[in-house]
Amino acid sequence: MRFSTSMRVGPVGFRIGSDWRAPIAGLKRLYRDYPKPADDIPHFTVRLEATHWWRRFVRPSVRIAGDHTLPEALPLPLAQGVLAAEMAMNLQMALGQRHFLLVHAASVERDGKVMILTGESGSGKSTLAALLGEHGWRLLGDEFALIDPQTGEAHPFPRPISLKNASIDVMAALAPPERFGERINGTPKGDIRHLIPNAAALAGMDKSAPPALILFPRFGNAADVREVLPSEVFIRLTQASTNYVSLAERGYTALTQLVTQTPARAIDFPDTATGLKLVQDLWAELA
Amino acid sequence: MRPTAPLDTLSALYHRRSGITHLIVEPVPEILAALTKAPATASQLTETLVADYGLEQDAESAAALQARLDELEAIGLVWRL
Repeated sequence: MRFSTSMRVGPVGFRIGSDWRAPIAGLKRLYRDYPKPADDIPHFTVRLEATHWWRRFVRPSVRIAGDHTLPEALPLPLAQGVLAAEMAMNLQMALGQRHFLLVHAASVERDGKVMILTGESGSGKSTLAALLGEHGWRLLGDEFALIDPQTGEAHPFPRPISLKNASIDVMAALAPPERFGERINGTPKGDIRHLIPNAAALAGMDKSAPPALILFPRFGNAADVREVLPSEVFIRLTQASTNYVSLAERGYTALTQLVTQTPARAIDFPDTATGLKLVQDLWAELA
Repeated sequence: MRPTAPLDTLSALYHRRSGITHLIVEPVPEILAALTKAPATASQLTETLVADYGLEQDAESAAALQARLDELEAIGLVWRL
């Protein structure tokens, strides 16, 4: 690969190579304050390749390659190269991570305890986690919660937060411009802009903590709170986990312990201010 | 051994041989608990469930128990000796 960079995010080291300079420059900016992989040996390697050699120059188009790939993944335009790298890094984790139980969820820490926010794309979990990260909570991550099957603790994976559409402006009012990446317009999920986690989140990327509350947020309806029983949490988290099946009994044990020991609530919220208040009230009551 | 985890009305059960997680509801955890102690005939199992869990001892219960045993046999959670 002509251009490359490497970084460590929590317990996981990545190396990204590219046929083009621009995506690597974008990644170097987003990951400028991250450490390098331990002993400079990455866990996962990602390559952003030209779909054909001449595609390096004419309507450049990025294909993801690496340790783990999806054969049917469509190439992305070069302008979305940073997004392609992010997707590829997620894919390596989703398909290759064997040490932790991976749950598609955001997570934040306060008072030495972790809140896990899980839900479909668009549920508001990333936005809530980003907001909490600027309101005295430590952001552990907005994409994957890493549950250690041996201890039950959640480990940080504080990648730059992928803000989408309206949440870009919400966060622009709270964080300084130097913590934002370039705005990427017209992606399959709309407009995206990355927010680099704050210094506390990066400094704490090796500090795990036990989960104390599981939330299923849903943006767009009138404020409401509903208790979620362990059996429903179990089913929803198996669906939200990318490696539950491949971890076999270790995953089963980790997940049954998590859902039987951690209270869970589903919340509806019509706007971010209401969502933030609901979360903080529930935390005070249950965690 | 297949570890069973009571959740609330449902219990989770991990089947080591297949790697499949099952969610089970009464009387399945009770049947499996009884058979984990020792193999039993259908009538011995009925006696255990009557004594330990207050199962009604009538034709309807016997038919339901047989149906559950057939289902459990089909997915490999119980088997004939």
